Amino acid sequence: MRNCYIHSAVSISAQNTFDTDSFLAAIITHHENKIQAIYPNYREYISPSASRRMETGVKIGFVAATKALTLAQLSQPDAILTATGMGCIADTEKFLNSIINNNETYLTPTSFIQSTHNTVGAQIALGLQCNGYNSTYTHGNLSFESALIDAKLLIDLEEANNILVGGIDELGNEFVDYLQMIEAKYDKGINVPFGEGASFVVLSSKKKANAIKLLDITTVNKISIKQLTQKLEVFLSGNNLNFKDIDAIVLGNNGDVFDNYYDDIACSLFAHAAQINYKHLVGEFHTASAFGFWLAIKILENQHIPVGVLKNSTHSTTLKTVLLYNQFKGESHGFILISIC
Amino acid sequence: MQDKKTYKTTSNRVAVTGMGIISAIGNSVEDNKAALFSYKSGIKPISKILTIHASQIQVGEVSSSNNTLLTQLQLTPDTNFTRTALLGLTAVKEALNNAKIIEFDTYKTGLISSTTVGGMDKTEQHLKQYKTSLESQKYISSHHAGDSTQKIANYIGINDFTTTISTACSSAANAIMLGARLIKSGKLDRVIVGGTDALSKFTINGFKTLMILSDQLCQPFDDNRKGLNLGEGAAYLVLESEFIAKKEKQSILAYVSGYANANDAFHQTASSENGQGAYLAMQKALKIAKIKPEQIDYINAHGTATPNNDLSESVAIKRVFGDQVPNLSSTKANTGHTLAASGAIEAVFSVLALQEQTVFPNLNFKSKMKETMLTPITKIKKTEIKHVLSNSFGFGGNCSTIIFSKK
Repeated sequence: MRNCYIHSAVSISAQNTFDTDSFLAAIITHHENKIQAIYPNYREYISPSASRRMETGVKIGFVAATKALTLAQLSQPDAILTATGMGCIADTEKFLNSIINNNETYLTPTSFIQSTHNTVGAQIALGLQCNGYNSTYTHGNLSFESALIDAKLLIDLEEANNILVGGIDELGNEFVDYLQMIEAKYDKGINVPFGEGASFVVLSSKKKANAIKLLDITTVNKISIKQLTQKLEVFLSGNNLNFKDIDAIVLGNNGDVFDNYYDDIACSLFAHAAQINYKHLVGEFHTASAFGFWLAIKILENQHIPVGVLKNSTHSTTLKTVLLYNQFKGESHGFILISIC
Repeated sequence: MQDKKTYKTTSNRVAVTGMGIISAIGNSVEDNKAALFSYKSGIKPISKILTIHASQIQVGEVSSSNNTLLTQLQLTPDTNFTRTALLGLTAVKEALNNAKIIEFDTYKTGLISSTTVGGMDKTEQHLKQYKTSLESQKYISSHHAGDSTQKIANYIGINDFTTTISTACSSAANAIMLGARLIKSGKLDRVIVGGTDALSKFTINGFKTLMILSDQLCQPFDDNRKGLNLGEGAAYLVLESEFIAKKEKQSILAYVSGYANANDAFHQTASSENGQGAYLAMQKALKIAKIKPEQIDYINAHGTATPNNDLSESVAIKRVFGDQVPNLSSTKANTGHTLAASGAIEAVFSVLALQEQTVFPNLNFKSKMKETMLTPITKIKKTEIKHVLSNSFGFGGNCSTIIFSKK
């Protein structure tokens, strides 16, 4: 098995995470129930004519990917893997509404063409003229974790050395309201805003000074809270780690009733570790865990945990190993382990 | 992904031990096989979706209604299964039955599905009633592409690795590829791989705006081809590491010996003139299978019958195989283009070709394309088949090739 190093990490989110050198020093407090990402200056990355035809997800995905490649000093990845839960929902809504409103007449293909889930991955490949392996994962909140598993497999099987991986979701204009309408009916539903964002990383088999290592990743469709401890024990021991070795855990708390999965392990197994939340800052969306991944990488790089994400006060002075855990409604559990070299 | 101990061996060849399919030419592997042998096309005027384009299109619909499928699956009508999920689950159940797998506790087993439209068949019917109708609201959560996979996993009881791929019309081929790689690396012992897509107004209108739908029966690789016929369906393969399959005395239907994925990087919806993506996918797959082009006995082409695809694919095939092009056919004229499912449906046909030592015919072919002069097989052909190459290409330049081998 080859080591997997993270050569760059970029995030466009509802916080100042893109065009800045500071690391979440000033937190933006959002009061709305839907929060947009802070959009970059697209002109620096996309021609205005192309940009006009693109919806948010494609634009922020393309820009985040471009910057991740630049930071990794990589002109041509061997593989491009994207992840998206809702896909290009804005273009999907646009085409669907034209069908309904115009009774299947006067339709133009642009929004249909750009509604396919693999649009971002395709646009990146097109822009780079990259003929390499290219795939798109769209499995709810395990979309990003699935892409990461494929990326690690490409490195393990020596099928690729440098891989661009990212998660993208856009708010869209209509479906998000229906989803929130349903959510509001639950007794203890999601209690953070719905959000959007694009986070990309470059993974490589090549060691680089100060690079963070992606140790392992696993996902499970269904698991009970009772089984969680054993699952984590096996996952960690497979990497020669035990609970005490985890310096920080990045958890996907979103305020709903299923937060008890997080609370349970935070109290029982990881009371000693720094406990980190992020969805209150960037919102809940299917690929929010890609932001969590970016956050964990930055925490290790900077050896600093921004106050806005830290839930408890205890943490060790050196941050070596971070565990990420995310799930959605008690299903689709994803676990990621990263560490300094 | 290493908690349940997998049975890693040095070789880890990938065996196909089960198949399930539902398409316009039949609701089971046996029905599809019989239909292929009898030159049957499932392409007809549309009957299950109300569309103003009805007189200008021909489609490959699965004959069973949603209610029939619900009953067969013993689901109650109050569930929010979309047609995509119903088709998928029907094919998955047959595949598991075929592989005689009844539990997932002994071996680490995953599910990799794929779809392009997800729950769109229900979304487009209910979107404007979401705000007001309780009956419609149940379909809000079934829209996203992962929903059908999740439903299938929960129904059959897969708790382990489950995911969904969506790379347009190459989706299922990529699901097969990921499954094969996970077995090869020892991360999984068994995996169910494939894809499902229901017909929808959304895709009918989308392809209509691109002006690539034919109002006639499609004619893959014909000089006068006018475009494609959309279809719907689902198909899944059970893949197992050869070690497990032999240990469990499974009947091995075929091996997944080669696979590759490349991007054409040419245009969002059109294929390049020299078929670069397709060429690279076929080349890489041959390399992984460690076989030479001349060892391929049959190509089950992507062959959608659009002017652009068939030309680009033909050029790519000639670049790989030179003048010695193997037996070639597209089965799209039987099933229609089933989008995400097509790679899995044609994987089932490829395995059937190996089992039956038969090249299935390319229907509706009359005249050779002037540019490449390729002649597909148009009559049932019994011949020795050791290796079958299956192509799947999609929007976004996604090109994938899978090679199935007898031994």
